[in-house]
Amino acid sequence: MIVEQIMQKELVTVLPTITMTEAREVMRERGVRHLNVLDEDGTFLGIVSERDIKEALPSYLSNVPDSPVYQEPITHVLIREPITAHPLDFVEEIALIFYEARIGYIPIVTNGQLVGVITTNDLLDVYIEMTGANEPGSKLEIRVNDTPGVLSEVTNVIASHKANVLSVLVYDDRNDESAKILSIRVQMLNPLPVITELREKGFNVLWPNVPGVL
Amino acid sequence: MRNAYFVYSPEQLSYKFSDSHPFNHKRLTLTMDLLHTLNALQPEDIIPARIATDEELLLAHDAKYIDIVKKAGHGLLSNTQCENYGIGTEDTPIFPNMHEAAAQLVGGTLTAVDCVMQGKSRHALNLGGGLHHGFRGRASGFCIYNDSSVAIKYMQQKYNARVLYVDTDAHHGDGVQWSFYDDPNVCTLSIHETGRYLFPGTGAVTERGNGEGYGTSFNFPVDAFTEDESFLEIYERSMRDIFEYFKPDVVLTQNGADAHYFDPLTHLYGTMNLYKEIPHLAHKLAHEYCDGRWIAVGGGGYDIWRVVPRAWSYVWLEMNDIPYPSGAIAPEWLHKYQAEAPVTLIPTWEDPPDLYEPIPRKAEIHEKNAQMMEKALHILSKKSS
Repeated sequence: MIVEQIMQKELVTVLPTITMTEAREVMRERGVRHLNVLDEDGTFLGIVSERDIKEALPSYLSNVPDSPVYQEPITHVLIREPITAHPLDFVEEIALIFYEARIGYIPIVTNGQLVGVITTNDLLDVYIEMTGANEPGSKLEIRVNDTPGVLSEVTNVIASHKANVLSVLVYDDRNDESAKILSIRVQMLNPLPVITELREKGFNVLWPNVPGVL
Repeated sequence: MRNAYFVYSPEQLSYKFSDSHPFNHKRLTLTMDLLHTLNALQPEDIIPARIATDEELLLAHDAKYIDIVKKAGHGLLSNTQCENYGIGTEDTPIFPNMHEAAAQLVGGTLTAVDCVMQGKSRHALNLGGGLHHGFRGRASGFCIYNDSSVAIKYMQQKYNARVLYVDTDAHHGDGVQWSFYDDPNVCTLSIHETGRYLFPGTGAVTERGNGEGYGTSFNFPVDAFTEDESFLEIYERSMRDIFEYFKPDVVLTQNGADAHYFDPLTHLYGTMNLYKEIPHLAHKLAHEYCDGRWIAVGGGGYDIWRVVPRAWSYVWLEMNDIPYPSGAIAPEWLHKYQAEAPVTLIPTWEDPPDLYEPIPRKAEIHEKNAQMMEKALHILSKKSS
């Protein structure tokens, strides 16, 4: 999956000449925490974050409602070279950037033009979809040996029961280096026939156990 | 006015996927026979289930989907052709005349609705209904048509009613919830085993409704291994608070009986106490808030021998103010069905003591559920302050 497929294309943009107060109003109205700043030709100049504006303004506890800072242009807090990404980047790469740079917002830029943005929330959406948690299904967890071909043996059993697989996640077994845990969401209310057959074939189905006791 | 009608037609038994399928409406026969041993169900209590018309089904289903179900049931489609509609799967296989059978279950719930809304009886019970997983254009989890969704739309249109839907099946009542997710005039309340493992996986506390309907969906996902005490604490508190907050004109309860320890498909540790308390409080609150208007339907329940007949008998007994029986179950019922049952029947109305080994982390599960309930109900304290 590439960035282009999941990025937001409706953008909240402002000119660099607007004031701090105006910027705050736009944020409030549009329900966003970042503004994209473009010059009159549409060239992408950078972003402004709600947090930077708040830091620049007097505290609401200090009671200086007419501070001149409110009327200053947002260029004071403009982040001129933010971390950006390209529409053809992979979603996994973006996830890594969010994680490593500890940021929550990435403008997507191509040829100097802003074409979209991605927030951590957009990314989380994609990952939720990937787990299949948004569709009706039962979850099976199976501890398997970390050897080639195991996954297909398991999915063959599921296929023979005419059930759709919604998602497959593979993760390490923290207690056993030679094993992996398969977490599979299948589109069926009654997974017992599948579980029984998997157990007959020698698979270790962990479904479910007393919480915390795997 | 009479207390209640029991909706039933033998045609409801034709909703049958196969002999080995866990969803088995032989439950209805077992329950009725058990009630007969108490002399608690007379011929004049029974009103036949009508069949829902296409127009009525369209209240909650797509025309294209209804057409597929009809054709599949008449042998005109292969499994592959039905795949996108959730039928022809191991969960919801194709069976002859499946449209007619499913429409009969919906019709039964509509018959129950009309009894109550036209003042023929205060309450009405259609144990054949409660197929809460059915979606607008797709079968899911044993459910073809969603009788509760159709019935609620029908009550809105025909009787302009404000409906509270209460679902105590161990599986999340997803189909009904999504049908009314944006609707502020229908409130859904579902208590179920968490979707961490169990079908359908939805029903988190954060699912509260959308847009205008925000704050009219309530979900209480309890942990696997939850026992009576914790389940009932959540049921009692959520029912009282939500009745008081929503003030419905009528309540529709889905009485799935699969939260019992014996149920093969779920991991909750309920006992028969649950199934005494659930209808009892629903009945009381229906009188307090809805002038008695209470419609009850069946639902899940896959230990059809040891759990469902007793559990569902209580719903009918409660509706009729008949004191709950205690002690031995009539030997003729036990003899009649023991030969057929693959398990040893429970000879008493109560479950035996020490039904299961104590749960190692009982206190933690209880505490976790209590915390979940506070989160789910938090929105009410904000609204009233």
